Amino acid sequence: MAALSTQPHSHGLVPVASRAEHFTSYDVEAFEVPGGREEIWRFTPLKRLAGLHSGAAATGSVAVEVNAAAGVTVETVGRDDERLGKAGVPGDRIAAQAYSSFENATVVTLPGDAKSEPTTVTVTGAGEGAVAYGHVLVKASQFAEGTVVLDYRGSGAYAENVEFLVADGAHLQVIAIHDWADDAVHVSQHHVKLGRDASIKHTVVTLGGDAVRITPVVQYAGKGGDAELFGLYFADAGQHQEHRPFIDHSQPNCRSNVVYKGALQGEGAHTVWIGDVLIRVAAEGTETFELNRNLVLTDGARADSVPNLEIETGEIEGAGHASATGRFDDEQLFYLQARGIPEEQARRLVVRGFFQELIAKIAVPEVRERLEAAIEAELEAVGA
Amino acid sequence: MATLEIKDLHVSVVSEDAPKEILKGVDLTIKAGETHAIMGPNGSGKSTLSYAIAGHPKYEITSGSVTLDGEDVLEMSVDERARAGLFLAMQYPVEVPGVSMSNFLRTAATAVRGEAPNLRHWVKEVKGAMADLDIDPAFAERSVNEGFSGGEKKRHEILQLGLLKPKVAILDETDSGLDVDALRVVSEGVNRYKASGDVGVMLITHYTRILKYIEPDFVHVFANGRIVESGGRELADQLENEGYVKYTGKAEAASLS
Repeated sequence: MAALSTQPHSHGLVPVASRAEHFTSYDVEAFEVPGGREEIWRFTPLKRLAGLHSGAAATGSVAVEVNAAAGVTVETVGRDDERLGKAGVPGDRIAAQAYSSFENATVVTLPGDAKSEPTTVTVTGAGEGAVAYGHVLVKASQFAEGTVVLDYRGSGAYAENVEFLVADGAHLQVIAIHDWADDAVHVSQHHVKLGRDASIKHTVVTLGGDAVRITPVVQYAGKGGDAELFGLYFADAGQHQEHRPFIDHSQPNCRSNVVYKGALQGEGAHTVWIGDVLIRVAAEGTETFELNRNLVLTDGARADSVPNLEIETGEIEGAGHASATGRFDDEQLFYLQARGIPEEQARRLVVRGFFQELIAKIAVPEVRERLEAAIEAELEAVGA
Repeated sequence: MATLEIKDLHVSVVSEDAPKEILKGVDLTIKAGETHAIMGPNGSGKSTLSYAIAGHPKYEITSGSVTLDGEDVLEMSVDERARAGLFLAMQYPVEVPGVSMSNFLRTAATAVRGEAPNLRHWVKEVKGAMADLDIDPAFAERSVNEGFSGGEKKRHEILQLGLLKPKVAILDETDSGLDVDALRVVSEGVNRYKASGDVGVMLITHYTRILKYIEPDFVHVFANGRIVESGGRELADQLENEGYVKYTGKAEAASLS
């Protein structure tokens, strides 16, 4: 939007510590308990995390229900299943805590060389006051093509790792919808590993919960990988929503595109977007772009947005980033009102339009309709 | 019989520094069936007049009045003015990403007409109106003005004019940036609107060339925030030959030749 102010952000500067040196471990004890000043925790309200960061033991478990499409297999496996942990290593203490604590994992496998209908994994929280840990692995076999919807609902605190192993030539679409109850606390790391010529279209939707922190990490295992990461969030009064996508370009001729858009309304609504892209020496011919836009609808809401781009090779196709946070564009409102459209309706048109580009990319009509209705409901709330 | 009456209108622009007076007492009455050309050099306040009447928040009315059929326009919100029958074709139409032209047109028509148009008739009406302006039907599914060329934006302004059928239309430099073909198509659109009913037109322009296509009943010269001379067609011809030097003290052409 034209009138958006662009906030200062680092331009090609090396962040506090290079992403390449970022510590990872499966072992929770390898991480210090964060105090809140650490670079990766400084935006997160640790007091509201129900102890997920400081060793809280599980007091319950989430219910995982899978509605699998034909040909898609679903298994519940133990911690020792050797397929687990291959897509990535936990990158912070809570992810490591989840990895160290989960009892069962859900493994969803999309058949190779075939197109499958959408599969929905519904995760329902352990209940208000309860703490739970979990693990999900989605495997897209070679040349598989399909969609997995992760649908989070209910109450409680829940930390997890979600792995997406996308084999050579496979195309996976993922939509993770965080539609938690008001009390819920959710911290999740998504690990994407893309094979040669594989692609993922990964959409995060965050609407509910008290504090939600999602860290999607993409790694490439071969040439020609293509990652599209989209995010759509709507924070109301008191909600904390944090998204930390990280694209680790370590292979040549891969592509990534990150677009996150959020709207905020109400006192204490807080969103955080930290977008890291690292282009390593070997990743020649990389093409990457990342964008974050925030629309602040009322006073008292705050959006933090920090794009970081680190480039270790000069041989790239293109790399860029952009971040903008603004209020309503008065010129857009004036234009719509000058055509007779009442102000409240004009505002809704603008917000709907703001998200439309991302909603249009979701290939599952029911999910699209649900999101449109959810945005409508959020806007009703601000009108009240 | 619609009448737009502007009396002793003083308008300041709201800026970070002290407000600056742009309009210094404008008097103008536009009746149904009349076309008034407002001609003036750059910076004379022509666009301010149009935005002030439409209710843009950037402009503050410090004194004077604007009425439409006796109703106080300045008391109305922007959308109320549009629903009362005022229309501003903007010089720089605004892009609204993610809102399709067809959704926008239907929402606007519903607001202005007071009820949702019958879907079947509406589709036909829009298609016909687009064809009249040589607009590719594919534009209906594009976001409002997004990525449109200057000429495409102007055609869509006139498309809205035709569909919303206001009592009084203000056209703010609708001719600027148009090539010959686009100017003809857009002018024909304005003439169709004029012929469609008892409507008034305020045609704001820097150049005389659009007046070859749209016949004005009155021509007013605008300089330094006021109307400084009024006349008929012959005044435009005089401006064509002599420019605005007489009004501004510096040479500024009113023709492109």
